[in-house]
Amino acid sequence: MTTKYASQDFKSDQEVKWCPGCGDYAILAAVQKALPEVAEILEYKKERFTFISGIGCSSRFPYYVNTYGFHGIHGRAAAIATGIKVANPALSVWQITGDGDALAIGGNHFIHAVRRNIDLNIILFDNQIYGLTKGQYSPTSRLGTVTKTSPFGTVEHPFVPGEIVLGARGTFFARTLDIDIKLTAECLVASAKHDGTSVTTVLQNCVIFNDGTHKEYADKDIREERTIVLRHGEPMIYGKNRDKGLMIDYENLRLKSVKIGENGITEKDILVHNMENPNPGIHMMLVNMKFPDFPVALGVIRAVKDSTYDDNVREQIERSRQHPVCSNVDELLRSGSTWTID
Amino acid sequence: MDKQFIETDDAVIRFSGDSGDGMQLTGTLFADTAAFLGNGVSTFPDFPAEIRAPQGSLAGVSGFQVHVGSGEVRTPGDYCDILIAMNPAALKANAQWAKPASTIIVDSDLFTEKNIEKAGIKGANIFEELKLNDRNILYAPITTLTKECLADSTLDNKAKSRSKNMFALGICFYLFNQPLTYAEKYFENKFRKKPQFIEPNKLVLRGGYNYAANIQAIPNTYKIKTSNPEKGVYRNIHGNQATAWGLIAASEKSGLPLFCGSYPITPATGILEELAIRKDLGVKTLQVEDEIAGICTAIGAAFAGNLAVTTTSGPGLSLKSEALGLAVMVELPVVIVDVQRGGPSTGLPTKTEQSDLSQALWGRNGECPLIVMSAQSPADCFEKAFRAAKLAVEHMTPVILLSDGFIANGSEPWLIPSVAGFPDIKAPIVPEGTTGYMPYARDEERLARFWAIPGTPGLEHRIGGLEKDFLKGSPSIDPQNHQLMVDMRAAKVAKVADFIPEQEIIGNTEGDLLAVGWGGTFGHLYTAVTQLQKKGKDISLAHFNHINPLPKNTREIFEKFKQIIVCELNSGQFANYLRMKYPHIIFEQYNKVQGLPFTVIELTNKFNTLITK
Ligand SMILES: Cc1ncc(C[n+]2csc(CCOP(=O)(O)OP(=O)(O)O)c2C)c(N)n1
Ligand code: SF4
Ligand SMILES: [Mg+2]
Repeated sequence: MTTKYASQDFKSDQEVKWCPGCGDYAILAAVQKALPEVAEILEYKKERFTFISGIGCSSRFPYYVNTYGFHGIHGRAAAIATGIKVANPALSVWQITGDGDALAIGGNHFIHAVRRNIDLNIILFDNQIYGLTKGQYSPTSRLGTVTKTSPFGTVEHPFVPGEIVLGARGTFFARTLDIDIKLTAECLVASAKHDGTSVTTVLQNCVIFNDGTHKEYADKDIREERTIVLRHGEPMIYGKNRDKGLMIDYENLRLKSVKIGENGITEKDILVHNMENPNPGIHMMLVNMKFPDFPVALGVIRAVKDSTYDDNVREQIERSRQHPVCSNVDELLRSGSTWTID
Repeated sequence: MDKQFIETDDAVIRFSGDSGDGMQLTGTLFADTAAFLGNGVSTFPDFPAEIRAPQGSLAGVSGFQVHVGSGEVRTPGDYCDILIAMNPAALKANAQWAKPASTIIVDSDLFTEKNIEKAGIKGANIFEELKLNDRNILYAPITTLTKECLADSTLDNKAKSRSKNMFALGICFYLFNQPLTYAEKYFENKFRKKPQFIEPNKLVLRGGYNYAANIQAIPNTYKIKTSNPEKGVYRNIHGNQATAWGLIAASEKSGLPLFCGSYPITPATGILEELAIRKDLGVKTLQVEDEIAGICTAIGAAFAGNLAVTTTSGPGLSLKSEALGLAVMVELPVVIVDVQRGGPSTGLPTKTEQSDLSQALWGRNGECPLIVMSAQSPADCFEKAFRAAKLAVEHMTPVILLSDGFIANGSEPWLIPSVAGFPDIKAPIVPEGTTGYMPYARDEERLARFWAIPGTPGLEHRIGGLEKDFLKGSPSIDPQNHQLMVDMRAAKVAKVADFIPEQEIIGNTEGDLLAVGWGGTFGHLYTAVTQLQKKGKDISLAHFNHINPLPKNTREIFEKFKQIIVCELNSGQFANYLRMKYPHIIFEQYNKVQGLPFTVIELTNKFNTLITK
């Protein structure tokens, strides 16, 4: 029997301590909106949810969700979460991480979690800055970003998280905006339904140290013009008047943004989103679309089926247990060559 | 003619050859046969650092030493009575280990000018060059004779010459009047799926035996007196295997599934390998991306209610430091096995050392106490791994178990215990239905907190690396609370002293000289001390395996001896720790940091300079 939960059931007694106006509040609201839905669809009891984080403003998240929670150390959330999931595959494991936590100090664990396709739901809070340590540039900060540790602007190229996920053979990638609580919740429900590592990047605003970093495409009045929400099976159309779309520019083998109705282009010419396409080619082009040449892609960009690490571990154990060489420790100690003195 | 043999108490045989010559197997078969006959046995492999160094080169020499004796055999022996050297490089690399009156057996076919030069020896007579002239040298054309044994065989030439190690083994069996049956049985089992190899191996083995019997070059053969070992079922066991099995036994006893997250590193990898094949016992192993992930996956698994383990060597322990602090803070049980090797940095990966003690005790930020213990011999790794797991779980704390390359790769016969005889392990798991769970409330006896496993309804809670409220476990920056928690974590580990055995003494409990050691040097210290005791010398041994906390009677022991000498394979890390704990006591030191174990002879020499009566 499924228990019906409300958002309230996932609120903890801890005072939320982010700066007023921080994008993290909206993400918390989206998670608390998504969890009752996930519980209902997947028939999970509340005690199955476990939230794991590293260190950063974002990583304080588990304290605010009334489930099992573990606030780890900087960069290591993916490893801790991996241990939890393998130890108890029945748990619904959520990893909360920042752009620094996941992609700088924790980059190694992040790519390997994705490569293994272990059934974790990773939410990457991408504010393109180190919030907790008061505003140093991060691996996703744009080239030239001025911070206290880059007073003349950064001289290094940023990561595109989606590109890393696809490069590491990721099976699920979604992107959303902190302020779009509905879309975030939708992505998170999809992430929960996906078997394997799912990464949802939330473009998050840090009001204090990187205010407006996503503004040029996230602001409400221009958002529909400058982003595209992808939905499986639907044509890639966007714009306030839904008059723009994406097509493949075959000459240059890349995407192009076109206007429907111009140059004889009709809706039928627009690409249809297939998140289940095992070939990551188009997904890679989608995650790399950048404003102003392209709309920023949001929604579930990739969700393909593949065997998961935790299932493979479980299967191997079950198989070995059906034909055990030893079935208990006494047998183990006496296996191989022994001799008796009597 | 009946064979003449000399009865002897013990003998040390060193097998050496090119790393492709199968010396490890040859030595193992010799050791197993002796153990099977009821002799005491201790072995130690001496691997080359390179996996496949050029054939015939010094870098490629692989050795295996076996010490066989009538009674207790605690070390693989300092110097050898018989040295088997399959090529000139092996002879050169091992000449220093051959006793003055030893017998040296060489494959004369390979002592060509070219090979001698490859070993870096100039001059016509290699034995003269290496100052081995006065040894009893058996110059046997092993390669030729092996091929002759297999003249009728259909094996190709390469396969034929590869079995020459069995010819050498046959010679050794003759030398020690040992039967071929054990090795023959081994071939039958090993080659069950490739039966074409069974007969050739048997033929060559017997060929070596008969060759030795027929030539006049062997004046005497030996027989190791058999003693009356305790009755029961025995096996040979390596330290790494024993460690893995001890952990599996702890899993069975505690009812907690075993989880191991590790990254391969010499000489610890064997534990991960041994655990990885035990899927039939439900063991979960993850070969993760680095040592940090090793301990972090283990911490995650512990949070989720498993018996969590990570295995490594010194460089890996360094990488785990920060996460060890996390384990201390969240007070979850994790066993960290450190199989020590020569350091610092990459150091001497294949050589033994005890130089990670300070790192294990202190190598973390903050006031960060945890249990540090050690294992003292290959078979002892079983009991100590079991105990480490028991202490971790029952006291809700990480435990570092120090093994080392010497005991990890060494082996000894082991009277197999029955799991029923091991103590229970009671995990302080919070039962379902408990109300008002406080993550940092503690039991009075141990000061351990209680373990609420994710998935249990009603026990949802959050923990982490921030300092926590002494009851609720939520983050707290209250100054008094921090002081309380620092003191509490220290008191919890100190309390473990009430739950570990008192320190034992070998010999009189008071007197002139107390030798002190810890961990893998036990065999050498024990042998040296008991040898001197038999000669009437006033010396005792206190060999520690609980380092933090120390056994409760430690101070009392020290105060009863006139002189104390702390012997360890580092520059004095345990001695300095003891000085810090007992500043009123004078500790002498005896240290060696050469990547090698002690020798019994150097220990007895040192002790003799101190003993006054
Ligand atoms: C080992 C270690 N190194 C450095 C730090 C300091 N530190 C804490 S959070 C952080 C960066 C956080 O940035 P991000 O992951 O993007 O999280 P945000 O605060 O932006 O949410 C750093 C450098 C630390 N806690 N631990
Ligand atoms: S510093 Fe930035 S990211 Fe951190 S809480 Fe404040 S607004 Fe949010
Ligand atoms: Mg950030």
